[in-house]
Amino acid sequence: MEELRKKAAELLSSGTVKVVIGFAQGSGGKTRAAFAQTPDQAAKLICDERCVQNLAVYLSKSEVKSLGKIAVVAKVPVLRTILQLAAENQLKDGEIVVLGISPEGKLVELPDFKAIEDFLAKIPYELTPEQKAELEKLEKMSVEERWNYWQEQFAKCVKCYACRAACPLCYCESCLTQCNQPQWIPVAPHQVGNMEWHIVRAMHLTGRCIGCGDCERACPVGIPLSLLNRKLAEEVFKNFKTRAGVAAKEEYALGTFKPEDKENFIK
Amino acid sequence: MNIEKKVLKKDSLEALFSKLKGAGRRILAPVQKAGEIFFEEVNSPKEMAKDYIQTTLSARGAVFPRCEALLKYEFEGKEVKVEDRKDAPKPTVVFGLRPCDAASFAVLNSVFTWDYQDELFKSRLANTALISVSCAKSDEYCFCTSVGGGPGETKGSDILLTELGSGDYLAEVITDKGKEIVSLAPELFGPATDEAKEKYLAKVARQFDIKELQGKLAKNFDNTELWLSQSLRCLGCGACAYVCPACVCFDIQDEANRSGGVRLRCWDSCGLSLFTLHTSGHNPRSVQSQRWRQRVMHKFSYMPDRLNYVACVGCGRCSRSCSADMNLLEHLKEIMETK
Amino acid sequence: MSDFEPKIIAFVCNWCTYAGADLTGTSRIKYSPEVRMIRLPCTGRIDFMLLLKAFDQGADGVIVSGCHPGDCHYTSGNFHARRRWIIFRELMEFVGIDTRRVFFAWISAAEGAKWAQFVNSVAEDVKKLGPYESYKKAAGAGIE
Repeated sequence: MEELRKKAAELLSSGTVKVVIGFAQGSGGKTRAAFAQTPDQAAKLICDERCVQNLAVYLSKSEVKSLGKIAVVAKVPVLRTILQLAAENQLKDGEIVVLGISPEGKLVELPDFKAIEDFLAKIPYELTPEQKAELEKLEKMSVEERWNYWQEQFAKCVKCYACRAACPLCYCESCLTQCNQPQWIPVAPHQVGNMEWHIVRAMHLTGRCIGCGDCERACPVGIPLSLLNRKLAEEVFKNFKTRAGVAAKEEYALGTFKPEDKENFIK
Repeated sequence: MNIEKKVLKKDSLEALFSKLKGAGRRILAPVQKAGEIFFEEVNSPKEMAKDYIQTTLSARGAVFPRCEALLKYEFEGKEVKVEDRKDAPKPTVVFGLRPCDAASFAVLNSVFTWDYQDELFKSRLANTALISVSCAKSDEYCFCTSVGGGPGETKGSDILLTELGSGDYLAEVITDKGKEIVSLAPELFGPATDEAKEKYLAKVARQFDIKELQGKLAKNFDNTELWLSQSLRCLGCGACAYVCPACVCFDIQDEANRSGGVRLRCWDSCGLSLFTLHTSGHNPRSVQSQRWRQRVMHKFSYMPDRLNYVACVGCGRCSRSCSADMNLLEHLKEIMETK
Repeated sequence: MSDFEPKIIAFVCNWCTYAGADLTGTSRIKYSPEVRMIRLPCTGRIDFMLLLKAFDQGADGVIVSGCHPGDCHYTSGNFHARRRWIIFRELMEFVGIDTRRVFFAWISAAEGAKWAQFVNSVAEDVKKLGPYESYKKAAGAGIE
């Protein structure tokens, strides 16, 4: 990714940005997030198909922000996250430099949110056939089978909050789990505590999750968390015709309403 | 410590498990669950995971459960009736843990019997026997030999099994608990040959000298640039502490309603941002670099100083589970390179 | 179980359904006694977790009821609630929670008879389903 390295080095040496958040070689054949602050460090940046971590998560981390103006290597999920963060007033237009990476791996100039919106509009935003099949497999189960499936999954949870830490949209400095008068979400990793945590997180991400899957990748015990988020994202689209991460100005699906909203279960 | 060497035939495991169960023991062993491996209760060695280097979660749950009840209480008018736990822990055998895991129990014990005798922990530990299996393979994340351990190290195990070329196991019976297990099924343990186990063990090169590391750590406490650069990519989750066999931090939660409640102890992590939040609102470790420094100092400097134990057994789980690829060994080696 | 007395928790809004239930009472209409009412200012305030907390504490059925769309005392609280329930119901269904035990209604302050009818049908349905055993089993699991 020579173009990317050159651009990153240029941004750093000109002083336009103080840090470029990208990827570098990691351990075990994986890649890891890298924070290049000099042109020499920028020369070590890589970008290939292994680089899937949603780097936008670092945009809300205080010690990263305190390094100065940020440029971030942004594949499609990161671009969607940036728009969603903008829609939630967490990012201002021009606050960060976006080094877009197309699905083919090419560097794309995206100087402002409008450019990102236009770029993303050309890219299909839907579940892959595998993702659809995963959801269908669960939807075809009986209620009891689904209960047993999720109870088994939630039983593995240790409440490490890696899912929350990895998610760029879980940027609340004071998470609901801190509400302790009363302790609204049980701290302990028992069956109910685990289930309630994951349900709350899924609900708080409804209409906001852009489907990067980092939560599931981060989970040390292998709970298929993205199933929950994807299901709800599909329900939001089905019922309210909106998706997260499409525009820098978008209303939050559960923060707004239409008098014509329809349902069939209220007597 | 007089280690007795015996041989356990390769197809005797089924019978051994059967004898253990017959003697009322619960057997915890590594079980494959989708892409991860956990210690779960098993009845037969057939249920055990095969061909892996290390489990996802450690076996510390046998003595330090993920969530345990400490006491129960009931409200009776203006009175509160408190009931301590009276149940005895189930006699347990942890089978198939690695020598690094076996060594971690002593680390846990040093904390839970330090200034306060944790009776729950002690009774669980007293009722738990460890049958470890030595490591024929290792990966780039293992560094047991740098922290005083080894792929065939007997320290901490009650029995250590090493798979020999024939497929049979060399069984080193190390403690009285180990002898007791052998006495449950003496017919399964034959006399050992002269075969040395070394050639069946993984080669784990030592990556650093622990005393030297401690010296470097003492000098670098205030090296904020080092801790910041190392922890920039850390996401601040608790995964590393939760998969670690030697981590001891816990939280205590009361869960009650109008009729009464229960006091629970559950795992906690110093990597989480609220870990050191005071009631006043002050947080002495308010940023991730401070929390990263704490993790390293606690394990490799404070614990050795205070309790004479390195609070890390080099199992590598933290690095394998870390979604930000923090890689502890790499960071330690970087610290070794500092002036 | 013909002697099964279900515990049914009803989260209702103060201005419509609660007042409607009052009317049921003053009209001396008898109805199934298993429902325990919890009054909130508006359905918009009903946190979705309240439903799960009810099951957690032993409820066998949950009712959520408020003003008809357009009639909310706070103008739009019930519109927000409706969106929330559309999603939450899908989530409950997806996670395997028995949504046959969760009942939603718009019942106004004038609909005393409807409240009685509604509660009677809910109680009948929940009695047929029996106690919510699987949830009760989960509440307490995972503690050593």
